Amino acid sequence: MSELITIEVNGKAYDVRPGQMLIEATDNLGIEVPRFCYHKHLSIAANCRMCLVEVEKMGKPLPACATPVAAGMKVWTQSEKAVDAQQAMMEFLLINHPLDCPICDQGGECELQDQAMTYGKVQSRYQEVKRVVLDPDIGPLIETEMTRCIQCTRCVRFGTEIAGIRELGGIGRGDRMAITTYVEQALQSELSGNIIDVCPVGALTAKPSRYTARAWEMIAHATVAAHDSVGSNIEVHTFDNKIVRVVPRENDTINQCWISDRDRFSYEGLNSSERVLKPLIKRDGEWQTVSWQEALAHTHELLTQLKPEQSTGLASANATLEELYLFQKVLQGLGVSQIEHRLRQVDAQATQVLPAVTWLGLPIEQISEQKLIILIGSDVRHEQPMLNHRIHLAQRLGAQVFALNMRQVAFNYPVEQLAVAPAQLSSLLQSVISGLSEQGLALPNDGSTLELIQRHDTQNWVQGLLAALAQAQGKVLVLLGNSAQEHPYYADLATLAQLLAQQLSGHLGFIPPQANSVGADWVTTLAPQDEVGKAVELNSELDTVVLLNVEPEYDTANPYLTLSRLRQAKQVIAITSFMSPALRDYATVILPCTPWAETSGTYVNAEGTWQFARAVTEPKGEARPAWKILRVIGHQLSVPECEYVNIEQISFELRRLVDKHPLTPPTIQPVTTLRISNESGLERIGEVQAYRVDNVVRRASALQALVPETKAHIHPNTATHLALMPDTLVTVRQGEASLSLPVWWDESLPENTVWIAGGTEASAQLGEAWGRIELRAGGKT
Amino acid sequence: MTSPVLKRKSDLLTEHERHEIEHWLKRYPPEQKRSAVLAALRAVMHTDGYLSTAKMDAVADYLSLPPIAVYEVANFYSMYELDPQAAAKYSISICTNVSCMLCGSDQIVEHIEAKLGVKIGERTPDRKFFLKNEEECLAACASAPMMQVNHVYYTNLTPEKVDEILDGLE
Repeated sequence: MSELITIEVNGKAYDVRPGQMLIEATDNLGIEVPRFCYHKHLSIAANCRMCLVEVEKMGKPLPACATPVAAGMKVWTQSEKAVDAQQAMMEFLLINHPLDCPICDQGGECELQDQAMTYGKVQSRYQEVKRVVLDPDIGPLIETEMTRCIQCTRCVRFGTEIAGIRELGGIGRGDRMAITTYVEQALQSELSGNIIDVCPVGALTAKPSRYTARAWEMIAHATVAAHDSVGSNIEVHTFDNKIVRVVPRENDTINQCWISDRDRFSYEGLNSSERVLKPLIKRDGEWQTVSWQEALAHTHELLTQLKPEQSTGLASANATLEELYLFQKVLQGLGVSQIEHRLRQVDAQATQVLPAVTWLGLPIEQISEQKLIILIGSDVRHEQPMLNHRIHLAQRLGAQVFALNMRQVAFNYPVEQLAVAPAQLSSLLQSVISGLSEQGLALPNDGSTLELIQRHDTQNWVQGLLAALAQAQGKVLVLLGNSAQEHPYYADLATLAQLLAQQLSGHLGFIPPQANSVGADWVTTLAPQDEVGKAVELNSELDTVVLLNVEPEYDTANPYLTLSRLRQAKQVIAITSFMSPALRDYATVILPCTPWAETSGTYVNAEGTWQFARAVTEPKGEARPAWKILRVIGHQLSVPECEYVNIEQISFELRRLVDKHPLTPPTIQPVTTLRISNESGLERIGEVQAYRVDNVVRRASALQALVPETKAHIHPNTATHLALMPDTLVTVRQGEASLSLPVWWDESLPENTVWIAGGTEASAQLGEAWGRIELRAGGKT
Repeated sequence: MTSPVLKRKSDLLTEHERHEIEHWLKRYPPEQKRSAVLAALRAVMHTDGYLSTAKMDAVADYLSLPPIAVYEVANFYSMYELDPQAAAKYSISICTNVSCMLCGSDQIVEHIEAKLGVKIGERTPDRKFFLKNEEECLAACASAPMMQVNHVYYTNLTPEKVDEILDGLE
């Protein structure tokens, strides 16, 4: 830490850190300096000139955002010279700004409006014609009104520096310069919504909430987002008991001041017409709306007949900690031990070797301090945009990023990536480890007994890794992504990832897929030890299935099998917020629960931080929080200790338990033999599409407009071999399941793989997300 | 089905254009490919007479730049034409800034418009001449009025001299 230096601002002396810009110093000191283009997380542009201040011995006023502090510097932010400059700049910026504040969504929370009031003159001398800029359509999320733009270029810099894809730019020059995409297209960034927040004027506003309410009519509720596994801190703005929009709430250790588009726009799903508003019972194949009393009595009757060994509970890992805890408690009270929330995991061995809680392994903030990051089976950019942002940050600070994947993932920063077909991922990892041990990186004891396959294609990658390791100063992180966790050989991959992390003396972490994955994992550690790790077997003899906000056609690893088993089950009790055609088909009772935002509860994020999200709106219809439903069911069935009066009571009980079950660095019981895949033929890649991950997002209309049409992606060579032209129909077959899909040539895939995104309408009709698949030219007959 | 290889956007660039870009790329550090964007666009202008979006995308792909970075440059400099209607064998810019105006550039404009039968901003049907919209001062005030035909300056113009120049162009 270097010595502080003394500067004088408005006649008062302050000690400040050298090397920073004047505006940073004044911000820290709480001295207000107006600005438009300056943003603390973006590079300095100094093009709006709004932050001009007077500095001693300087002829002209200087921009505070681009003037470094110097010892003995004397600054006046409100002197005649400074005020004169600020007023002149304000008048200049308003020359072409329209006076449409009364119909502008930004009105009332506009930096331009506020600063015009504080720093502007009463009247403008400009009387000529104002310019008009045409608005490009940049997709379903962001509305453009570019006549209002003051060319601060924050959105352009955000694209380059944070989003990692430059999509907006300044076209033209002088007074004709305009911010646009030039070629009209929807923004591709998964963080694009943040340009709404960085825009100081009403040029970029949220499209889904356009003209819904004025800023001062809304009520802001501080809460936590429930889609990404980082638990981004957000503010939900409501009007008339309805969510109007979601904006980030600053939290430097979690989401800084950004949020992903998924967390920002998924609230739309809460108002879906598919919301279940009243309890429903199926009688003689007909659905009947019933009272809660009747529905719960009926549920009680069904559950008393339940055969525990043949019953199972499936819960969404987006449910709150309290819900998951009660769900487990009630089902275990009934003797049911098969309770699962990792519905996309298929490797039975994984439950034996993996730690009970698979979490990030280090604080989110520390990702950006790493110098070498290795991703295994991860499209982290779309899985967890905010974790990806941290990796991007690390990369910008000099880290090198490597990836072993099952397709060439489009990262938004440079990554050394190797991609092989799923069946070969394990051998690729083995070859990397043996390559490193040949180069002198010792294998830990438990790895020395493993037979490691060697391949030729990893040599350069390993050399690159070694070079990066030499500069990593021990700051190494190995991350297992969602695709690795869904892989049929997850246990092997995790064992190998741990070996690799040990070889490189680095951390090992997991990228949790859902908002409360870590919490849901943690809840399972509270169950009696002998019942942990019992894999859910969906055999044909299923008796009772209890679902908690799960849509098996989208949320499971094998939709076709799960659906057919559910149809065969004797009874399916669904505690859910949303109706679906499949649910009508297989369910016996539907108990409407309130989704996120209408229910309070705790979420445990990727790094293990507990965050309590309070309900922000009233429950819709007769929907009730799932913990209340479960409490009544438990009480009726005389499950001990289910007498909770309020949610805080459950939270408190869990809080007490957390000390007895703290998070420890994830450690894997290594497998002793590695499985060798004898797969030949085509393999499916079935990672879930980013906006199809849970039942709320799937109903958020603006985000759904960005989900591409599902196609069978294949490598051009494989396509040529099978004589399949792009956009011709092909019949996709997985066992009994089959479907017609258009073909798409995709060079990012390894040969002999077929990428069909999971969580989609199409994949709902198919089998294993990762497994054998057949293709036949021509549509289904 | 013969070639399974998907086309890259940069495949659109001609042999000559690639050669030209490579020539300029040699002058800059390898991680500063962006520096060659002006030269690359100039090479495309030479072959096509204007910059199509597809060709700008090709340049972006070739230089590993985001396409918007190329659009920005192309839109900034008035020497780059973005309208296919501006593609002609000879692009004529008549200076009408203060010095030229005082020395009679308006007459020159009138004369050329009448001679070619097109207005400023238009192209002759045979695609031989394009009358470029008013340029800012072309920095030849001492020899006003003047015009620029492609890369050549013609100074001290009179209607007769203009006739001679334009008639002399192939």
